[in-house]
Parts: sequence; structure tokens; C-alpha cells
Amino acid sequence: MSEKKNWMPRWFYQLASPRWSYNIMGKLLPGFAICAALLLIGGTIWALMFAPEDYQQGNSFRIIYIHVPSAILAQSCYMLMAVAGAIGLIWKMKVADMVAKSCAPIGASIAVLALATGAIWGKPTWGSWWVWDARLTSMLILLFLYLGVIALHSAIENEATAAQSSAVLSLVGLVNIPIIKYSVEWWNTLHQPATFTLTERPAMPAEMWVPLLVMVIGFYCMFAVSLMMRTRNEILYRERRASWVRELLEKQ
Amino acid sequence: MSTALLQVNDLFCERDERILFEGLCFSVTAGEVVQIEGQNGSGKTTLLRILSGLSNNFEGEILWQDEPVEEVKEQFRSELLYFGHHPGVKAVLTPEENLKWYAAMHPSISVGDIYSALEKVGLQGYEDVPCHNLSAGQNRRVSLARLYLSKAKLWILDEPFTAIDKKGVAQKENLILEHARAGGSVILTTHHELTLGEQIRRLNLDELAGT
Amino acid sequence: MNQMVTNEQSKQVNDSVLGLFWAVLKRDLMLAYRRKSDLFNPLIFFLMVATLFPLGVSPEPEFLAEVAPGVVWVAALLATLLSMDSLFRSDFEDGTLEQTLLSPQPLFIIVLAKVLAHWMMSGLPLTILAPLLGVMLFLPSEGMGGLMLSLLLGTPTLSLIGAIGAALTVGLRKGGVLISLLVLPLYIPVLIFGTSAVQAAVTGLPLAGFFALLGAMLALGVVMAPLAIGAALRISVSG
Repeated sequence: MSEKKNWMPRWFYQLASPRWSYNIMGKLLPGFAICAALLLIGGTIWALMFAPEDYQQGNSFRIIYIHVPSAILAQSCYMLMAVAGAIGLIWKMKVADMVAKSCAPIGASIAVLALATGAIWGKPTWGSWWVWDARLTSMLILLFLYLGVIALHSAIENEATAAQSSAVLSLVGLVNIPIIKYSVEWWNTLHQPATFTLTERPAMPAEMWVPLLVMVIGFYCMFAVSLMMRTRNEILYRERRASWVRELLEKQ
Repeated sequence: MSTALLQVNDLFCERDERILFEGLCFSVTAGEVVQIEGQNGSGKTTLLRILSGLSNNFEGEILWQDEPVEEVKEQFRSELLYFGHHPGVKAVLTPEENLKWYAAMHPSISVGDIYSALEKVGLQGYEDVPCHNLSAGQNRRVSLARLYLSKAKLWILDEPFTAIDKKGVAQKENLILEHARAGGSVILTTHHELTLGEQIRRLNLDELAGT
Repeated sequence: MNQMVTNEQSKQVNDSVLGLFWAVLKRDLMLAYRRKSDLFNPLIFFLMVATLFPLGVSPEPEFLAEVAPGVVWVAALLATLLSMDSLFRSDFEDGTLEQTLLSPQPLFIIVLAKVLAHWMMSGLPLTILAPLLGVMLFLPSEGMGGLMLSLLLGTPTLSLIGAIGAALTVGLRKGGVLISLLVLPLYIPVLIFGTSAVQAAVTGLPLAGFFALLGAMLALGVVMAPLAIGAALRISVSG
């Protein structure tokens, strides 16, 4: 036990205290919220008004400014969920469990956003709402993985057991994601050789990718905001019988 | 005074938004029989499941021979006999097959003892009858035969006397006493009035919970 | 001298691990044998699903021949999934699972033996039955070898992954539907490579690569899945 305790920096163990986490997240929230708002508004204006038109797809390509950030974010969110779950499993850390629990619905909705924007983009590009494109298919499977975690979590009544079971499932999913991605990509080349792919396009000019980068960072900030809000809610709910939560509620 | 076999420090457990016990401390030394008492729902079974390592929904520390139990898991498990609500008997297997499987799970048990153990619990002649053809009490006795087989130091018994007749109960009580005299420890719950007398220590969860 | 002693010890340990593996395998096979009806249900299901396709889509031999690899694989996958729920459930209900978890024996080996026993009662018969479905669906005879070999390598992986789902849901009353939700997405790589192997066999392409991939997934599953299954069982029993 004693070696275990010295592994990580001090703030890591402070995170174990729901109260400390609640407060630190409360302090971080406004900063992230302002960043998210500025980046998203600025990025959207830049992307829609100033970024040049695509020479093949015209204006319809501009949906990548939502599609790509959400696709990236959906994957990172799954990783965060699995890592938080692992921390919860190994160190029995309640806050990590709550973070993992809060990740699942956010990640699932972002995956839905990525799929929806992909479908909307598909209509002018391929002429149909859905194409079994490798990236879209992987994203769909990622959504299924999220839904599985959510379903398992809600099926188990005991919060602690639910958190542990979902953590195991998301870790299994994490190991499988690269295999799934590889197999789907390979399957795709087998069945639809060389249609042009959406995202990995040759040498995007800077006027195009800089706003994309802004949007990606903006999405991450927005994700951080919603994750912290959800986690804070979860902390309050789970710790509702603790004295500090009661004091907090009485103050308001 | 010998050192504690099992030492529980500051145990906390809540279930369904209710604190079952908080700050629970006690120790069990070799040769002791501890009876856990409490009303229905006071957490007797939960406590036994935590002590045996089946449930990990608790906070606090459990030491096995002065070492945290999660660091000496294997050693602890080889010294533990747990008797739970479910008898752990497969209905489609015969008593003999059930005990053979138990022996495979606990390598310290010698397969040769199985017949005499079955005889001691009064199941001679039933060795080859599938357990679903036996009565509830007989099924419990198949499970209780493990007490005769086991070489474990610590017995954790959750309601071991349910569905057992009077004669059987007296026999089991003697067995528990013998085990304690030989330096083993027993933690048990039961609704039965035990005639073990002074050898037994009682631990009341209602009083300890302090609510 | 010391060296000899350690060798002796490690040999003993090996023997006891093998003995344990055999004991668990034998017990689970015996349990399955004494409840034979459970054994046939997934097989009948397998046959029925394959019958639905000609009825539901088209009985044209050319069309069926084209979809046969996928249909047989999907049917095998669903049949495995169907049989998965029972893997730990009866052990959980009668308390033998508790006793297993409390035993000092390595859970990894116990779990592996249980999954192997389960596969011998589900995946293996499915593999043996598959050519019959192949004939019903006009799969060209060149594809039969590929079909059986791909199922032989793929269904154990399905059993291993499915067992994770079974272990996670064993404490829940309505585990059956939930298992499918948890496990089906994880089955996709096996499905893709399994079906592709059969298609390659039909068209006469080299197969070694597919079998290598299926084998690699099986190897990964054998090493990793029992860990996840063990952890999941402890969590489920604890809850």
C-alpha cells in the first residue's frame, strides 16, 4: 500500500476527495467556459465567413468544422472514460468513477453529432445520407460501445458496482478500439476501393486548417465545461448526505 | 495473548443509502468463536461477505495475521472456509462429485476424506444420487461436509444451521468447538440458541452501529 | 541442488495447474452433458436463422451463394451469443461461483477452463454443423474448408469475448438482452475477418493471412479475456 501511495503527485490524491474536486472544478469552470465561448464563436465565424471554399465540394465542406472536432472528441472522450474508470478501479477513487460516469452520455452525444454531421455531409458529397465509409462505420461502432457502457451502468443498481463494471467494460472496449478501427478500415478498402476520403485530404491550406484547429480546441474546452458540470452534479448527488454538501445547499 | 488472526479496523459500509456500520473495529484471535448478532437487515451477511473477501464495497482495513488482506489474498483464501446463504452445491452433480470439485478448488483437501465426511453428515448411501433428488436439508449437509474436509483456520459461517435437525445442530456445534480448541477461529451468524456457553463471544451490530 | 529443487517445484505447480484445468473442464462438460437440452438449443437456433434468409430475402442460388459466408457467420455469432448467458448464471445462483472466487486457485485458469468447456459445447458443434448450412445456402464447395477453419479459429474468440459480457451481467436479472448490447460491437473484427476468409476461399485467394489474423485475435483473447472475466466476476459477485 505504502509504495502505491507515493506513485502520484499530491494533487492526484486530493482529487480523491469529492469536496476538493468539487471546489477546484468550480474554480476552473469559468475559465474554460470563457475559452470555449470565444474559441467556438471566433472559430465558427472564421470558418463560415473567411475560410476559402473547397475547390471540389464548394461550401458544403464547411461542415468539417463541426464534424472533425466532434469525431476527434468522441474518441478522446472514450479514452478518458476508460482511464478514469481504471483509476477508479485501481485506487477505489470515487471521483474518478463519477468522471467516468459523466463521460459516457457526453461522449455518446458527441458521437451522434459526428454521425449526423457526417450524414449531412454525405448527401451533397456522395449523393446519399449514409455510406458505409470506414470512418463513419467506426464512429457508429464507437457509439455502440458508448451505449453498451451506458446500458450496463443503468442496469446495475449499486453505484459502486455499476462504476466498476462499466470501468471493466470500457477498458475492454479501449483494447478493442484499435482492432475494430483496423478491421473496419481493411474491410472498407476490400469493398469500396479508393473513394475519396473525407478527412485525410492532401495538404489543406493554412487558411482552412487553422480555423479547424481553433474549433477542435474550442470543442475540447466545451467538453471540459460540460464534463465538469456533470461531475459536479454527480458529486453533489452522491455526497448529498455529507455535511459540506448540506452547508452548501443551505447557503443558497 | 496470541496475535489476532483477523483484525478489522474502522470498517465502514453503506448499502442502499443506509449506513450499515461505521467505525467498526474488532479482532478474532485463534481459538475464538464469534457470533455476529443483529436484527434482520443489520448487515450480518454483508459483514461476513466483506470479511471473506467476496464483497469489496467497504472502506476500512482488514488485516490477516497483521498483514492487509489484499496483499496476502492467496494465503488468506487457502486458510478460509466460507459457508454462505447459497449452499454451493450443484443440483445435477452427486454429493461426491460436488465435494470432489470443492477439493479441486482447495488443494489442501485430500480426496480420500470425502467418503468419511459424507458419512459424518449422515449421507452414506447417497454418494451417487444427484443432489436435486435430495431434500433441502440434505443439500445443506452436503455443503456442511466441507467442515469435516477443510483444513482452513478461519471458518466464516452464515446461518449454517438452517434446515438442519436438532441432532445435526448439536453435532455441528461440537465440531465448531473442536475446531476452536484446535486453534481455529469461527465467525458465524445464526438464529439458533447456541449451547456453546462461555467459549463464544457475541458481537452485536445494532449496538455497534450506534444508530 | 537448489536448481533441481526449484525445477521440481515448478513441475509440481505445473501439474497442479493442469490438474485444476482438467477438473474444471471435466466438471463443466459433465454439467452440460446432464442438461442436454441446453446443448441443442443454440444449434437449432443456428439452423433456424440460416433458414430465415432464403425465406426473407430470396431463394436464388446465385444470391444465396454470395451472402452465404456472411449469413453463416452472423448466425454462428448470434447462436454463440444466445448460449453465453448461461455460462456463469447457474454457478452464480447456486453459490458455486462464490466458492470458486474464494478458492486459492488461480482464477485465470478456472475461467479459461470454463470458457473452453463452453466453447466445446457451443462453438465446436456450430463449426461441425456449418457445412450443412453451407449446403443449404449454396456455398460453393471450395469455400467449405475456409468456412470450417475460420469458424474453428473464430468461435473461441467469440466465446472469450462473450464470457466478459456474461461475467459483467451475471448478477442482473435481465442479463440476456444486455449481453448482446455489450458484446456485439466487440464481435465485429472477428466477423469481418471470418467472413472475408470464407469469401477468399470461395474465390480461391490465399487464406493464410486471414487465419493468421483470426489466430492473433484468439491469442490476444486467451491472454487478456480471462483477466477481464475474472475481474468482472469479482465485481458482479461483490455487488
